[in-house]
Amino acid sequence: MADMRIIAHVAINVFKESVRDKVLYNLVAFAVILMGAAYLIGQLTAGQDVKIIKDLGLAAIGTFGLLIAVFIGIGLVWKEVERRSIYSLLSKPLGRREFILGKYAGLALTLLVNVVVMTAALYLVLGYMDAQFTEEQKSVWAAPALDAGMLRAVALIVVELLLVTAIALFFSTFSSPFLSAALTFGLWVIGHFNADLRNFENIVESPVAAGLARALYYLLPNFAAFDIKSQVVYALPIAPGYLAVTVAYGLAYIALLLTGSVLVFTRRDFK
Amino acid sequence: MDAIRTEDLTKHYRVGFWRPRPYIALDRLSLTVRTGEVFGFLGPNGAGKTTTLKLLMQLMYPSSGRAEILGRPVGDVEVRRRIGYLPENPYFYDYLTAEELLEYFAGLFGYPAAERRRRAASLLDTVGIGAERRLQLRKFSKGMIQRVGIAQALINDPDVVFFDEPMSGLDPLGRREIRQLILQLRDRGCTVFFSSHVLADAEALCSRVAIVAAGRLVASGQLSELLAFQVRGWELVMSGVTPDALSQARADREIVNAVPIDGQRFAMELPASAAPERVLATLTASGAQLVSLTPIRETLEDFFMRQVTGAQRSSNG
Ligand SMILES: Nc1ncnc2c1ncn2[C@@H]1O[C@H](COP(=O)(O)OP(=O)(O)O)[C@@H](O)[C@H]1O
Ligand SMILES: [Mg+2]
Repeated sequence: MADMRIIAHVAINVFKESVRDKVLYNLVAFAVILMGAAYLIGQLTAGQDVKIIKDLGLAAIGTFGLLIAVFIGIGLVWKEVERRSIYSLLSKPLGRREFILGKYAGLALTLLVNVVVMTAALYLVLGYMDAQFTEEQKSVWAAPALDAGMLRAVALIVVELLLVTAIALFFSTFSSPFLSAALTFGLWVIGHFNADLRNFENIVESPVAAGLARALYYLLPNFAAFDIKSQVVYALPIAPGYLAVTVAYGLAYIALLLTGSVLVFTRRDFK
Repeated sequence: MDAIRTEDLTKHYRVGFWRPRPYIALDRLSLTVRTGEVFGFLGPNGAGKTTTLKLLMQLMYPSSGRAEILGRPVGDVEVRRRIGYLPENPYFYDYLTAEELLEYFAGLFGYPAAERRRRAASLLDTVGIGAERRLQLRKFSKGMIQRVGIAQALINDPDVVFFDEPMSGLDPLGRREIRQLILQLRDRGCTVFFSSHVLADAEALCSRVAIVAAGRLVASGQLSELLAFQVRGWELVMSGVTPDALSQARADREIVNAVPIDGQRFAMELPASAAPERVLATLTASGAQLVSLTPIRETLEDFFMRQVTGAQRSSNG
């Protein structure tokens, strides 16, 4: 049984360390600046709708979260091995499994705090917009400015980021940060065009190519599934249960990746 | 129960990218370290000492053979609760302070917060890290990092400690402090296993040693029993040596060579057969003063050179 207390202890340390890393502040600051820009754009369009602000804001949360997930994720394990700090750490009563899970939980916590900060900033901007316009002006908006429904998109962004982190962590248990970053971004991009693989299957003649496309479709993470930004922004209906199924899919994928990371990592020699 | 046991412990590294071939870093090492002893693991650079320690810490898995600590297989979490390890040229986290690092490690043993703070503070005192303990580790010198490394190895009051080259990176004063620390650990009943390529470190500390060269155990036992390290003579430096006293000592075959340094100061070589105490007493009686007396013996390096030319590292390649 994994020792939860030890995992939490490692996780808190990761969180502390990443909070001290100045990169993080830069990213959050950048996100906040982007919210400002969104606000300006809103002003220019004379309050026709808050859609553009919501769109930009959610995209910024996803993008900055992605950058944090990848750039911290690829270094989490690699840095400890490369700098040999892992030698003293693993001689303590800390299994390699607890080490991996603790590192993951720490970065997950970091991401969560970041997303919460960025979401709060977004709602702040939206709240300000809300106060700026009359009820009549606001009546043409697709959804109210302070729409709690937006949190559904944020929730899926969080799960997506957790998945990206698990991918980055998995690669970093055996490859260099550069390669891990390339592979993670690669998977992320492909994962967004996953649906096209499905279509590809219908277009090609060769059964081998079709089979391959089909296998890849099921194997690769389907990142497009986590993107419900437009539905939320335009207040389009979302199928009941969609959220639950997508979250479950993400969590299952994460569990698989973490298991793989632990398996690879426990077999490694630290030369 | 023995503190450490290895049985035919062997490690091959794969070297060469295109045609990997095994390189035998450690070749069937069998040793036993008893509880409570200070055991020196000696050998020149590249002998396989670090490899052995990493195998004992299960940072690597052996190619064959077994290792036990305190009667349990290495890697057992219960074993880890009772041991400490100082890696070779340790490195920790840039952004943590020395205090935070020790508290972090203490937390891995499940100590409550107050106990973590107490242990961290008292160990930093022990290894001589003062107000710098509030600085981030990236501002630490190599010697200070080494001290922090020793402190973290002791955070759990271990029963067995493993030090990989504990004296490296320290000045002579620091080396002496670490020697004293190791003796204090022994007095508390802690078993100390340390590696070194410097014979003098072992002489001042160890009950027993093992000597490895090119991945093989070449000798083990009490240092004084290892023939190669027996004293071959002495170098005696004295001032105020009169010509009469000098020629008398020469005539008695108590010194084989005397080189004037300046004025009446001489560096004299005594054969192993001479009792240095007697020569010293005679010369002192004639009015000379002792400057220094040093045993002459084969150095570890000389010994290794002989061993290594005898037994080249084997390879399956
Ligand atoms: N990662 C590695 N890959 C290949 N060979 C290695 C590696 N690490 C050490 N070696 C070789 O194994 C031998 C033993 O090294 P090591 O255990 O570090 O010696 P020591 O600690 O006694 O100086 C050396 O010849 C060294 O070059
Ligand atoms: Mg070494």
